[in-house]
Amino acid sequence: MRTGLILKKAGMTRFYTEDGRNVPVSVLKLDSCQVTGVMTTEKNGYDAVQLGVGTAKVKNVSKANRGVFAKAKVEPKAKLAEFRIDPKNTLEVGTELSADHFVVGQFVDVTGITKGRGFTGGMKRWNFKGLRATHGVSVSHRSHGSTGQRQDPGKVFKNKKMAGHYGTEQVTTQNLLVVHTDPAEGLVLVEGAVPGHQDCWLLVSDAVKKVLPKEAPLPAGVKASAQKAAPAKEEAPVAETAAPEATEAPAEAPADEAKE
Amino acid sequence: MNTLQKFEKSQREKLSAGKEIPAFGPGDTVKVNVKIKEGERVRVQAYEGVCIARAKQGVNESFTVRKISFGEGVERVFPLLSPMIESIQLVRRGSVRRAKLYYLRDLRGKKARITERTSGHGVDNTESQAVAE
Repeated sequence: MRTGLILKKAGMTRFYTEDGRNVPVSVLKLDSCQVTGVMTTEKNGYDAVQLGVGTAKVKNVSKANRGVFAKAKVEPKAKLAEFRIDPKNTLEVGTELSADHFVVGQFVDVTGITKGRGFTGGMKRWNFKGLRATHGVSVSHRSHGSTGQRQDPGKVFKNKKMAGHYGTEQVTTQNLLVVHTDPAEGLVLVEGAVPGHQDCWLLVSDAVKKVLPKEAPLPAGVKASAQKAAPAKEEAPVAETAAPEATEAPAEAPADEAKE
Repeated sequence: MNTLQKFEKSQREKLSAGKEIPAFGPGDTVKVNVKIKEGERVRVQAYEGVCIARAKQGVNESFTVRKISFGEGVERVFPLLSPMIESIQLVRRGSVRRAKLYYLRDLRGKKARITERTSGHGVDNTESQAVAE
C-alpha cells in the first residue's frame, strides 16, 4: 500500500484518447503536494504519511499547524491529510510528490465531500418513486407515502428514509480510470465524475479493489526538479535507495531538462 | 484563466494542430470525412449535408449536419475537434437568418431549399475577390 495524493477538483471536460475515443473526464490538479509528517508504528502506533497541499497565509494557520510546518520545514499548506501506508513505502519529510504518481490505465478511489443540497425530498434523497400522477392523488405527487404501520408499533422506526438534509457528506467513488497525467502542469485526468464542487480537495488513492500496475512508482511519484534547500539532502537518498528502478527514470528526466 | 480553461485551451490547440477547419455556419452545405474503424482497418466515409446548428465552445464544440437519405431525414452531430473527423469541406454557403435551422425538420422537398449566399460576412468577400482577380 502506497500513499495517495490530495488533489483539487478543477472541473469536468472531454478528452480524446489516442485511438480517437471521446472520454468524459474530471480534471484534478496537484498543487505543491509535500510530505509534512511521517507516522511510524514505534512512535504513533500506525504507519502513515501526512501530506499537505496548496498554500495558506501564515495568519490563517493555527498555532498547532504552524508548529507542524516549521518542524517539516515546508511552506504553510491549505490542506493536510494522512494516508496509511506499508512501512516499506515510507517517504522523507519535505518530499514533493508529482502527478506521475498515478500511471495511465490504473484505477483510483476518490474521496471527497459532496455538494450540499439542503433540505431534500425523498425522491431526490433516497430515489423514492413518489406517488402516482392520477388515480386520485392530490397535491402530494412527490411525497414519500407511508412511514409505518398502525397503533402497534405506534411509532416511526429509527433510520426510516424520509426527507431531510442531503449532501455535504463524505463519499468515496471507487474504481475510476486514470486517463491521462501531466506532471509538468500537475494534472491527473480521471474518467467520470468525482464528488464535490469545483476547487474542493479530494483524497485520491490507488483503488482498493483493483491490482496496482507494475509500472506504478514505489514508494511514490516524487518530483525531482522542484527541490528546495532544506529537503534536498533528504530527498536524494529516497530516490536512490528506496526505489532505484521505479522512480529514478521518471524522476530524474525532468531534472535534467530543467538544468539544460 | 483557471486550470480547466488552461487545459481546454491546450487540448484545443493540440487537436486542431495540422487541421484546417473551414469557417462554416448554419445553412452551409458541408462534406464531413469521417474515419470508420472496421476491425484493424480504418477507412474514410464522406457525409454531406446541411449544417443546421453549431453548438458549444472550445474543445466541446460540435455541429449538426442534416441530409435526406433515401427519403428519410438523417441528422448527425459531430464534435468539431474529434480525431475521428479526417477533414471538413465547405461545399456551398447558404443564406439563412437563424442560428438553428430546426424548422427544416418539418419541411420537405422544394420548401426545404436554402438559397446560396453570394455576399455578406465571412470568407465570401475574399472568394469574390479571388474570382474577380
